[in-house]
Amino acid sequence: MTWSDWSWVLPEAFSTFSDDVDLIYYVILWVTGIIFVITEGVLIYFLVKYRHKEGRKATYDHGSTKLEIVWTTATLVVCLALGIVSKGVWDTMKIDVPEGAMEIIVTAQQFEWHVTYPGPDGAFGTADDFEVLNQIHAPVDEPVWIHLRATDVLHSLFLPEMRVKQDAVPGRDIPVWFEATATGEYTVGCAELCGIGHTTMNGTLTIHTAADFQAWATAQAQRPRP
Amino acid sequence: MSTTEKDIASAVDAGGQHDHHEIPWIRKYVFATDHKMIAKQFMFVSLFFLVVGGALAGMMRFQLGFPGQPMPGAGILPDAMMAPTPDGAIMLPEFYNSLVTMHGTIMIFFAIMPLLVGLFGNLLIPLQIGAEDMAFPRLNMASFWLAVPAGMLMLASFAVEGGAAGAGWTSYAPLSTSGEWTGVYLGQQLWLVSLTILGFSSLVGAVNYITTVINMRAPGMTWFRIPLATWSLFVTAVLVLLAIPILAGALIMLLFDQTIGTGFFRSDVGGEPLLWQHLFWFFGHPEVYILILPAMGITSEVLSNRARKPIFGYHSMVLALISIGFLGWIVWGHHMFQSGMNPLLGTSFMISTMAIAVPSAIKTFNWLGTLWKADIHLDVPMLHALSFVSMFIIGGLSGIFMASTPVDIYIHDTYFIVAHLHYVLFGGSLFAIFAGITYWFPKMFGRMMNEPLGKVHFVLTFIFYNLVFFPMHNLGLQGMMRRIYDFTQYDFLQPLQPMNQFITLFAFALITTQVLFVINFFWSISKGEKAGNNPWHSNTLEWTVPSPPPHGNFAQMPTVFRGPYEYSSPESDDDFLPQTTPPRDGPGPSSGVPEPTPTPEGAEA
Amino acid sequence: MIDRLWKARGVAVITALLLAVGCGGEGGGSDASGGGDSGPAASPVDAATAGHASGMVSFSGMAPANAEIDMSTEEVCAAKHSMTPSQETVVVGDGGGLANVFVYVKEGLESLDFPTPTQAVVLDQDGCVYMPHVLGVQTGQDYTLKNTDGILHNINASPTENRGFNVSQPAIMETNRSFPTAEIMVPLICNVHGWMNAYVGVVDHPYFSVTGADGSVSLQGLPPGDYVVEAWHELYGTLTQNITIVTGETAELSFEFNADMSAAHVPLGEPIDPMHPESHRTVDHQ
Repeated sequence: MTWSDWSWVLPEAFSTFSDDVDLIYYVILWVTGIIFVITEGVLIYFLVKYRHKEGRKATYDHGSTKLEIVWTTATLVVCLALGIVSKGVWDTMKIDVPEGAMEIIVTAQQFEWHVTYPGPDGAFGTADDFEVLNQIHAPVDEPVWIHLRATDVLHSLFLPEMRVKQDAVPGRDIPVWFEATATGEYTVGCAELCGIGHTTMNGTLTIHTAADFQAWATAQAQRPRP
Repeated sequence: MSTTEKDIASAVDAGGQHDHHEIPWIRKYVFATDHKMIAKQFMFVSLFFLVVGGALAGMMRFQLGFPGQPMPGAGILPDAMMAPTPDGAIMLPEFYNSLVTMHGTIMIFFAIMPLLVGLFGNLLIPLQIGAEDMAFPRLNMASFWLAVPAGMLMLASFAVEGGAAGAGWTSYAPLSTSGEWTGVYLGQQLWLVSLTILGFSSLVGAVNYITTVINMRAPGMTWFRIPLATWSLFVTAVLVLLAIPILAGALIMLLFDQTIGTGFFRSDVGGEPLLWQHLFWFFGHPEVYILILPAMGITSEVLSNRARKPIFGYHSMVLALISIGFLGWIVWGHHMFQSGMNPLLGTSFMISTMAIAVPSAIKTFNWLGTLWKADIHLDVPMLHALSFVSMFIIGGLSGIFMASTPVDIYIHDTYFIVAHLHYVLFGGSLFAIFAGITYWFPKMFGRMMNEPLGKVHFVLTFIFYNLVFFPMHNLGLQGMMRRIYDFTQYDFLQPLQPMNQFITLFAFALITTQVLFVINFFWSISKGEKAGNNPWHSNTLEWTVPSPPPHGNFAQMPTVFRGPYEYSSPESDDDFLPQTTPPRDGPGPSSGVPEPTPTPEGAEA
Repeated sequence: MIDRLWKARGVAVITALLLAVGCGGEGGGSDASGGGDSGPAASPVDAATAGHASGMVSFSGMAPANAEIDMSTEEVCAAKHSMTPSQETVVVGDGGGLANVFVYVKEGLESLDFPTPTQAVVLDQDGCVYMPHVLGVQTGQDYTLKNTDGILHNINASPTENRGFNVSQPAIMETNRSFPTAEIMVPLICNVHGWMNAYVGVVDHPYFSVTGADGSVSLQGLPPGDYVVEAWHELYGTLTQNITIVTGETAELSFEFNADMSAAHVPLGEPIDPMHPESHRTVDHQ
């Protein structure tokens, strides 16, 4: 176990919106950190300074309405501000799927991720569609629109390095999108208890260069179908 | 003296309904209707379940600290839980899922809730408002005796084929609708039936508490003279009354899905899985306030008393309790940000969730304000109450992270959430329970708990508890998911194994340390230092009667002249001034109470 | 008087609770070593008067290709196969024999009671494939679920007559189970490795057999009389044959499946109860 395990620094992320998410996290970390230090510090200070001493009586004081109004307002302002700055990023990540994103279907099932690509014709439900298991492949610097489905129970598509998480619900087709900013191999995980094999629903997210992705997709499309 | 005895006798006679002769053992200790005995019944049963819940957590932590390793001594467990391999007994993933589920269920429904609401609700409400018992003593008895079979069914579910429920304490559908998904068949149904029965237990209790507080307050006990412990239990009872029926409805719908082929929550037959989540969390969020409000009330009592100072901002404290209770109904969607519900709802629930941080913050600042320029006695109840405040600060602040919807995308269903919930439920509720039990132990048993042993238990618990749960924030930030049998299956999580082991070892230490509390508790019942009526020099009404109080509580109907937190008042030579002590100048217009009829000499309040 | 009434009620309730706790302990399951006689009891069949039946299950026409299995997500298992593994749906031997057909006596043995064999049958998970693909057991007879792979497998059974189960084996280990009720056939799947599937036929007598690639089937030691013998295949459904057993003689069994039969509804026991819809995974070719 190293000191970095105790770190409140987030692991690196590689998507277009991950910087925004992480920034909000750090803002909250600073704000709550300061509040933490002040309140716990005051607590400890009071415990030391006002501990029982023979002959000293407590001050008979019922509170201060003015002080209450001040700290209530301050708390409300801080909390609402944090909420307001969060809204924009949330809308971007969950609602605003970019135009022209590459579409794939990810179907979660006990205990595998079925990833369906539309093939060269770009349309689903045709003969050139192909499916891979537990792997998502995508090109770098291009938005990807995942149609997230489930066949049996709730699962949750978790792409930690893209800061993506979305529950997969049977009977629904839920849009999930991201745009990777660096090539590499990343994690695909399931983040919703889905049964006995929940722990094994791991997969790989591979971000290729545009050329490599084309090559991969072409080879897959030509693979003999079962 | 004889005049007083005669007064007591005539007062009891005037009470009417009481038995004047000894009631049989079975009516006194088993099918009791006296609220104080029912409180103790809840306490003993709940402490037992607290131990069971802790044991389940210990087993979970073993698997997380030593994934896939044979568990020493586990050979005695059946093959359905621990697989016999040539190397020893290895935990099965389905048993791990059951442990996760049952640890949460038992701790929430059979330990924390009955301790806070069953023990403290029953013990304190009649005594603190000056009533002889609850409004409906027999209904009170029913409340306890409904909880017992519920608990037995829950434990029995471990023994059936397929094992105990394994879909999480939140029992999300469709996973929970069928054994083909979980491997759990009868166990999942027993879970549902048990909680439905327990729901009835809570409901009748809530009816009792609300009626009692509204109707049975002694003269002079106006709403804003009620101690915060009773206030918090009153607001909690309203939440129970309104929230439990929703849970019961959802449980029954799920039971039907499992047994008679309905499809409320199964999309393959036209149902909607998200409906379960909405119903569950519409109950579930008020539920978590049910689990914290009484703890806040207890903390206020202990803090004010041990600091010998009025609670800072009593009226705001009451308003904050009510606000939390009210706002708690409109934040449930923050458990469902990633669920697939409309993202526009994400924003609205985020705003309401940020808003509910405010009354909790007010309470925290007021507790700090109570300590300012106080006269702080650091005995065991105070240490636990201070822990509540400091740990609740951490739990509350960590909640801000998940209230922000985009940050929640990353930390939802990770150990960051597990850290948050344990900071509020253990760091918060459980420490408050320790504070409350230690503080009111003399009132229940007539003896003090052992102070030095209590301090050792506190210090070790506090240290080990933080070493177990604080690192979980970091585990979550690194991406470790919840409810995961073997996180080492994920390459990116393998480096977290040493930290998990660290947590596990201290978890074992934390669980072991609780033996000190058990020893202290049982030893003190018979060997503790004898306590008088008011060992803590408190102002509230329960401390004006003997320890333990007799049946009927008050020899004479008490009269209340002031609020409950008049510590270090200039009106008193002591540093406390009980609510029932008549003012020096006689009850004037300021007390709001008419002149009492002249009392016979020698009869003191 | 009121006190005595309360006492009586109390005693009654406590007694009832104790009884419930005491009697409720039976899990009522078929976990460990199955029920049935432990020692070999006497067979009700007189060997001196017994006859036999044997023959072949064959397949005519073009056998469809079996789906290939992509095991790239499970390295431990992929390494165990030198060639790409395939499903064992339609396995036809060189002589035209159809493998994995479960042949059993369907009618004619109702009046006899057969002892439960003490020997367990093994169903192994090796290379992420169930071995054998089709298995026969007697009611109450132990079968051993064996995990040779040492990685997490779960065995998810969805019978209609027996109680279902879904258990896991995370390491090299063996678990004994048994089925108490006759059923044709119990589907087993692994959810961790979605390509894994097997079928277990449960009968209450010892006259059953699973064909190999040569398609041969042999039922020895049957009492004289008339019987209905059925052959079950997971894709092509069932065929029945009426035979008469004569002392000392061997009746001929002959079942011929062909590719045109795949449209048939494959029964897996009693008709499906609409109140208990089948798992989407149940092999139910419509």
